[in-house]
Amino acid sequence: MANRTVQFKIYRYDPDKDSAPYLQDISVELDASDRKLLDALVKIKAKDDSLSIRRSCREGVCGSDAMNINGKNGLACLTDIDSLKQPIVLRPLPGLPVIRDLIVDMTQFFKQYHSIKPYVINNDPPPERERLQSPEEREELNGLYECILCASCSTSCPSFWWNPDKFVGPAGLLAAYRFIADTRDQATSERLDNLEDPYRLFRCHTIMNCVDVCPKHLNPTQAIGKIKDMMVRRAV
Amino acid sequence: MKSRIVVGAHYGLRDWLAQRVTACVMALFTVVFVIQLLMLPSFTHEAWRAMFAGGFMRFLTFLFWLSLFFHAWIGVRDIFMDYIKPVGIRLALHSIVLLLLIGYAGWAAQILWRL
Repeated sequence: MANRTVQFKIYRYDPDKDSAPYLQDISVELDASDRKLLDALVKIKAKDDSLSIRRSCREGVCGSDAMNINGKNGLACLTDIDSLKQPIVLRPLPGLPVIRDLIVDMTQFFKQYHSIKPYVINNDPPPERERLQSPEEREELNGLYECILCASCSTSCPSFWWNPDKFVGPAGLLAAYRFIADTRDQATSERLDNLEDPYRLFRCHTIMNCVDVCPKHLNPTQAIGKIKDMMVRRAV
Repeated sequence: MKSRIVVGAHYGLRDWLAQRVTACVMALFTVVFVIQLLMLPSFTHEAWRAMFAGGFMRFLTFLFWLSLFFHAWIGVRDIFMDYIKPVGIRLALHSIVLLLLIGYAGWAAQILWRL
């Protein structure tokens, strides 16, 4: 890929200076080696260090550079810049309070994540070595444990927009099922009790925005469906 | 303590399940209804009445209406839960919709057995 100029429209908001957010037109010269959106953002920030973004590992593992890219949530470090229509419109993740520019306050998101007790609960005395699982039991966790908590899914979910304080959201529910499905966990019934609520679980209306945006190609909708299945099995 | 967030009503599964079951009933009724309609000897009021005269069709149609009302109740309640934040207004709207739907169910039964 040759050198090229790429046009951006980037959401800017500094609550100390700006009375309202606005979109800033920015164009940036990219080198042949610049492939991902994050490369361009790093270039932009080198020119104008007032642009605030979160980023860390730059390879889709830390989950810090999630943003709204041309209307769809995703990770800047995993998005091919040449696959995007220009001008590339970048906004912060929708539905969460903006701290500055592309940085949002994720408190509510993590509160929901913590509310499902994201750790194995097992009251047996710990064995000398690890708690074992059969390969089949371990297989159950595939597609669940890989979540990097980037919040792309939860912030693309209208149910989470309307009730971020009450609805656990796709990321939290995927994590919830990750521990419900774990054979080493002994709190299955408490976990189901905790979720059996018109707001916490049943705000999900299966529109699958979460599946559409997940940069790790996970399926929170399916996990939510499995939680409901387990509740039905428990109740019927 | 209005500022405290309260969740944990411990219901929702039965409604979610009921919404699926009622959807199946409505889908089944639609198929039966269309078949019955196509098999009508003539498109007259008498033929229409005869279609609903049988116990089976009356039973199924009544189930359809009940399913529709129950399905609608859960759906409309969900909309209110998403968009209407003041609890008092929400409770009032819930009550109005629920009472209306109960009234409609009675009315539907009356129409059905009058046909």
